[in-house]
Amino acid sequence: MNNTKHSRWLVENTDTILKEARREVGRVVEQPSRRAFLKRSLTLGGLSLLSGCALVDEESIETALSKISGLNDKGQGWLFNPNQLAPTYPDSMITRPFPFNAFYAESEIPAVDECGYRLEVSGLVADRKNWSLAELRAMPQTDQVTRHICVEGWSAIGKWGGVPFASFLRRIGADTSARFVGFKCSDDYYTSIDMATAMHPQTLLTLTYDNKPLPPRYGFPMKLRMPTKLGYKNPKHIQAIFVTNTYPGGYWEDQGYNWFGGS
Amino acid sequence: MNAERTRLIHPWWLRLTHWLNVVAVCVLALSGWRIYNAAPFYDFVIPNGITLGGWLGGALQWHFAAMWLLVVNGLIYLVANVVTGRLLSKFFPLSPRAFLDDLKAALKGQLTHADPSHYNAVQRAFYLFVIVDSVLLVLSGLVLWKSVQFPLLRELLGGYETARRVHFLAMSALVGFVGIHLVMVALVPRTLLAMIRGR
Repeated sequence: MNNTKHSRWLVENTDTILKEARREVGRVVEQPSRRAFLKRSLTLGGLSLLSGCALVDEESIETALSKISGLNDKGQGWLFNPNQLAPTYPDSMITRPFPFNAFYAESEIPAVDECGYRLEVSGLVADRKNWSLAELRAMPQTDQVTRHICVEGWSAIGKWGGVPFASFLRRIGADTSARFVGFKCSDDYYTSIDMATAMHPQTLLTLTYDNKPLPPRYGFPMKLRMPTKLGYKNPKHIQAIFVTNTYPGGYWEDQGYNWFGGS
Repeated sequence: MNAERTRLIHPWWLRLTHWLNVVAVCVLALSGWRIYNAAPFYDFVIPNGITLGGWLGGALQWHFAAMWLLVVNGLIYLVANVVTGRLLSKFFPLSPRAFLDDLKAALKGQLTHADPSHYNAVQRAFYLFVIVDSVLLVLSGLVLWKSVQFPLLRELLGGYETARRVHFLAMSALVGFVGIHLVMVALVPRTLLAMIRGR
């Protein structure tokens, strides 16, 4: 019991510390991040320092790793079964408190004004009108208790409710033969997903958490919840949604996280 | 059959898959430690200095690249091992009795390696164990990577969170094996030459 508590504490703290550290590192190496990334990715202790020379051409290794990550995207797309559902759990198994996680500290969560909020829709869609929260809440809702798996390895079970994303995409007349759906968020986060996952029956345009309006720490006013993808693929505080055939990338994906990121 | 050929201890495919496996296991273990550090579930972390990847994203790229080498190379090894009959002739028969006898002899320093082409019962058990352990590593890894897509495997391994522990413990067992393996190679350096030259 004590052990469990201690590891939980470690998990939560490591998480915060890592996020902080990454943010700091991110600031320093903002734009030449590719070069910085390859340097960081090759630090095997001080091995190359000790030997006084780079063991291998760093840039070509980084290119090879990125290429393999791209192949892994294709493999995962092929492996993805659009009808395979993620397991659901009883309410009693919900993780309390459900951890907060972002690339910034909890004090920096953006404040989104509920009345002024309008979801922008663009790209390959028939109806590009903006959506108010009231309009989204008027659509048929559903909820699910599923496991959120973070790229760091930890997982937590939560209860999300909202509009099935597939019905929203149909409602706006999205071209569902397009390749990507991209998201821009009010915390400057951005990411994109494959159309197959966007149309998955458990992919939810989430408006509530545990039967209450989605709190700011979990992404008010709206997040996209996909139990078939890792946490960083689930954008919070969504401001704009667009359908496209041009690869939109993502905040973490552009730094080296795998783009598909699906479980 | 000429004398050169009869003296061959390890066929070329065995040596090739052995050394490719060394590369795969090193990359996977070192990058895996970095991934573990991102969210440790035991009361310790692994010193970042001995990990590979520099940060979580880099470690994941190494890990998800080397996994293909481990799997493809491992499959080639297993198929060749079965098809050539080597698996049966080298690793069997194997009884708990023979294992305990050879283990006692080994601990007393009485187990000789007069014929390096012959595996004693301890070697047989250890090598078979490491094959099974590697399969477990791959299967638990599949659950961590694709817990939704492989529901049967996920449930067999006790769910996502249990699979994390299984993956870590199977890694620890593999690292433990490597440690003993290296000590044995240091004690009988001839076996290293055999794994390089085949004789």
